[in-house]
Amino acid sequence: MKVRLVDIAHARSGDKGDTANVGVIALRPEWYPFIAESLTKARVAQHFTGVITGDVERFELPNLNALNFLLHGALDGGGTLSLKTDAQGKVFSTAMLRMVLDVDDDRARALKLPEASRI
Amino acid sequence: MSQTSGSNRIVRVAAGQGFWGDWLDAPRRQVEGGPVDYLMLDYLAEVTMSILQKQKERDPNMGYARDFIGAMESVLPAVVDRGVRVVANAGGVNPVACARAVLDVAAARGATGKLKIGVVTGDDLLPHLDALIEQGHALANMETGEPLSTVRDRVLSANAYIGSVPIVEALARGANVVVTGRSTDTALTMAPLRHEFGWGATDWDRLAAGIIAGHIIECGAQCSGGNCLYDWRNIPDLANVGYPIVEAREDGTFVVTKHPGTGGRINVPSVTEQLVYEMGDPHSYITPDVVADFASIQLAPDGEDRVRVYGIKGRPATDKLKVSIAYRAGFKAVGTLVYAWPDALEKAQLADRVLRERLDNMGLRFDQMLTEFVGVSATHGPLTVTTGEAPEVQWRIGVRSADRKAVERFTREIAPLVLNGPPTVTGFAGGRPKVEEIVAYWPALVDKSVVQTKVEILA
Repeated sequence: MKVRLVDIAHARSGDKGDTANVGVIALRPEWYPFIAESLTKARVAQHFTGVITGDVERFELPNLNALNFLLHGALDGGGTLSLKTDAQGKVFSTAMLRMVLDVDDDRARALKLPEASRI
Repeated sequence: MSQTSGSNRIVRVAAGQGFWGDWLDAPRRQVEGGPVDYLMLDYLAEVTMSILQKQKERDPNMGYARDFIGAMESVLPAVVDRGVRVVANAGGVNPVACARAVLDVAAARGATGKLKIGVVTGDDLLPHLDALIEQGHALANMETGEPLSTVRDRVLSANAYIGSVPIVEALARGANVVVTGRSTDTALTMAPLRHEFGWGATDWDRLAAGIIAGHIIECGAQCSGGNCLYDWRNIPDLANVGYPIVEAREDGTFVVTKHPGTGGRINVPSVTEQLVYEMGDPHSYITPDVVADFASIQLAPDGEDRVRVYGIKGRPATDKLKVSIAYRAGFKAVGTLVYAWPDALEKAQLADRVLRERLDNMGLRFDQMLTEFVGVSATHGPLTVTTGEAPEVQWRIGVRSADRKAVERFTREIAPLVLNGPPTVTGFAGGRPKVEEIVAYWPALVDKSVVQTKVEILA
């Protein structure tokens, strides 16, 4: 079945120059391993195709049930150079949470993952 | 006011400003709402120093965060009568003038002789920049690798991020107010703890704990319910939001909390959101004092609006300091118009095509031209899923160029579209867009040995 990341995680984002950082935090600790497996570097890079011009870096923080992503080339130069409404990457958080993940039905049941009702 | 003695002693550091422009009431609420030992005020963002440098060029008595003077006025009774000490990086590029302005306010309020202000200087590298470059310090841009010499003639300010050492010295010399220039945000919280608990220069774990305490509270209410995505609908009483307080112990553990009766919420999710904010490599959070490891942090609920933080590990600091350099980088302007139903997006798109054709016909060239449709896709771009026709769309177009004249001409091309472009357009009452000079940020590293900080006490 399909699960919306927004139903199983929360997030906050910010900037460092032309890089947006997005911290993704599991809403329940038992969902963290599934989120960590699903949000690979390649999957996140694919999600942000056409939005960022650079690479994606990925860091794990199992102690916080969180992942940190650096999205390079995300902010039209960043800071004061940027012409974007979101020059400081403040809402990349929920852009990340737009991801929809595939999960095997048995695992979804075992973890009590909420099924995506509207996509 | 620190409670008890020995290893159970608690030192309370309260955050009162998360940036220059933050809530004016917060500092006073922090010192009046309950017991605190230190009030920490963070005023400096990446390009703030350049704004302050421009102010100082116009008036040698300016160049600091003016808000701090009002904040000091509002907390003066707590500082003078109850011994609350204040640590702030409000000094900008003129910490001495900032301290003098605080002393003037204290004198006007009958508190002459009651303040000892520790002034930390030495972060300003602008006077030494050419000598540094000559000595072989490239000050290369950390993002692009380019040497500073490529923009040297356009540099407005250059400040090293300095750590806890001079702040600790000022406190040890009896300052009840410490004013710094470009201190790191986190040092403003860590330094009082280091001073109170006598943490050593190689006490990596506890120094890292102080830094992480600083990271959690340096953005003010952003860890206590502000800008919190987790369960945002149910966060109580944001109108009366409580700013965070760190209750620290000598062993480097601490609790993040807020005053009773205030709004907002402090829980593990709210603190976690702030921990990942503006995070780079979490294993190496590099500061002048220590490299902190965010993967070591343990969080636990500790009652209502209380989160306990423990287990933090740190590693030796590097031999470099980060330098914040600001330089002139051309001009920009952003224009907007609002198009109404029906077909709001199509009309906005047509306006965009018409404008671009006109600019092109005039032969104007820009380094960057960016269109966004606010209400449709401005924040999430191509990731947006549209669920119906927008009732209105704000067309927003920005340009950037080294050529000021080109940007100025662009600002004259928006309003005409109201009469000579697509229909049902409004929202132009703000007038012509303003041309803004871009002051850009150039992050670099410099050897620690070239930065000499100094502490003086003014009273």
